[in-house]
Amino acid sequence: MNWNVYLRGVSVVARKDMRIYYRKAPVFIFGLILPTFLFFAFFVGRELDINKFFPGFLAMSLFFTSSSVGPLIVPWEKQQGTFERLLSYPLSISAIVLGDVIAGAIFGLLISAIVGTLGILFIPITVTNLALIILAFVLGNLCFSGLGVLLSSPGGKAPANIMMLAALVRFPLIFVSGIFIPLSEMTGPAKLITYCSPLTYLVDLLNQSMGQAYVFSWGMDLLVLFGFMALFVLAAAVVLRRMSLKGL
Amino acid sequence: MPALEVHNLKKNFGDVQAVKDISFSVEPKEFFGLLGPNGAGKTTTIRMITGVLKPDAGSVMIEGIDLRSNFLDAKMKMGVIPEVGNIYPDLSARENIELVGRFYGLSKATREERADKLLTDLGLKERADDYARKFSKGMRQRVSIACAMVHEPPILILDEPTEGLDVMSRRLIVDKVKEMNRNGSTVILTTHNIEEASRLCQRVCIVNKGSIVAIDSPEHLRRTMEKMQAVEVGFDRKVEQAWFLSDDISRVEQCGDKWRFYTEDPDKAIEKIVKVKEAQGLKILSMSTTGPTLEDVFVKLCEVP
Repeated sequence: MNWNVYLRGVSVVARKDMRIYYRKAPVFIFGLILPTFLFFAFFVGRELDINKFFPGFLAMSLFFTSSSVGPLIVPWEKQQGTFERLLSYPLSISAIVLGDVIAGAIFGLLISAIVGTLGILFIPITVTNLALIILAFVLGNLCFSGLGVLLSSPGGKAPANIMMLAALVRFPLIFVSGIFIPLSEMTGPAKLITYCSPLTYLVDLLNQSMGQAYVFSWGMDLLVLFGFMALFVLAAAVVLRRMSLKGL
Repeated sequence: MPALEVHNLKKNFGDVQAVKDISFSVEPKEFFGLLGPNGAGKTTTIRMITGVLKPDAGSVMIEGIDLRSNFLDAKMKMGVIPEVGNIYPDLSARENIELVGRFYGLSKATREERADKLLTDLGLKERADDYARKFSKGMRQRVSIACAMVHEPPILILDEPTEGLDVMSRRLIVDKVKEMNRNGSTVILTTHNIEEASRLCQRVCIVNKGSIVAIDSPEHLRRTMEKMQAVEVGFDRKVEQAWFLSDDISRVEQCGDKWRFYTEDPDKAIEKIVKVKEAQGLKILSMSTTGPTLEDVFVKLCEVP
């Protein structure tokens, strides 16, 4: 393997995605507008302790933004007829997947950094461990960007269908990940379901780094998030390799 | 060392054998054509050569580099226009070309310099910074060919590059490809345009139903089809096909305002035509003998109706 060529491919794919797909309407709608409306729907005008729920809101915002770019890229490229050309460049499928994941993660990182900074400046939020927040941001964005890319990898060339599929997967997750009901207050089967959601561990990590009640140790949260990230990226590469010509 | 060697390439899609057992090699600086009717296996073959599709069996060597074991190094040697190979409509012509330059590791200065030259050569200088979505099909294809050439690849692989283009775009693209070939690049071209293949290619490979049916220079292929010599005649009025059929004329075809008589022996065919002329009181306005065209060879070998 020529690693120079491989890493250059990852970097150029990510740059290309950032240049082209950050400005697409579905990314704005599903990545920015939707979490903002969810915030208004659930948090504004209610007697809630904003300090207690802010980590959950921050995790939800990160989850939506980082997973909004990935589902769009491959179907959009297949629809435009640019995907086969991309495959003919000195690139492997895994380099394309990694480039797409990085582009989605950087988008999520930028937006969650803005939301986090606004929270600290205007609410104000207590930060007990900044390094942990940074780690949570990086790993969380990579993990959920990987989920976004995985969702698009089996699909054909209709971005609208993939975005709908992505919404079907993403919406249930925010209700079973301790965003609206704190993890520490959950009991019984509901608690078991939350353990299966990768978003749970991000919420827990942010709770911990902002002085709120948490369930797992930070090491456990990081490890599980890393595991989910690796799983999503590997699965996306395997599925895309098998389905790369579908819809060309 | 050949520029491209393909050994026993096979590819199945379910029960369908798209490529059965294809082997050929292309010499450095050669202009090589891959011809065949729709569904013959050309695009599948090209996709396997360019690394887009993994073969079920067989190997591809690009300038001696095995595509399977040195995937990225082998692909660095190629410039490709795939069958479905559009450019990014949300980038300008220049940005598209420079993006491809980045994939091949060109420096910023080299990318800019080559993009400028290619845009000028392909008549796109004035529109270099316009979004490609505003371009006509011909202009987009010109940008596409510039993308395939920006890293000056030793091997250029073009899948139907002039399909459906206007005369101006077709000419600009063909001229640029010929220039690349003169400058030392090996060119592998798939096309439906047999006239174009005959004019450009030093050798052609005719593929049908997933197998190679002939591989040779257009001239040699024509010579193997001596039976397909023809006498082309213009008459002063309408004639009937049945008047001319005989042992010496195997097929009669109307070509515009002329008639073409296929024969193994032009001398005997002319004798027959003259006899009919006298019997029917016709006047011959023009007469010429022609050898088989590459299209005739193609039709015969592929049994295209």
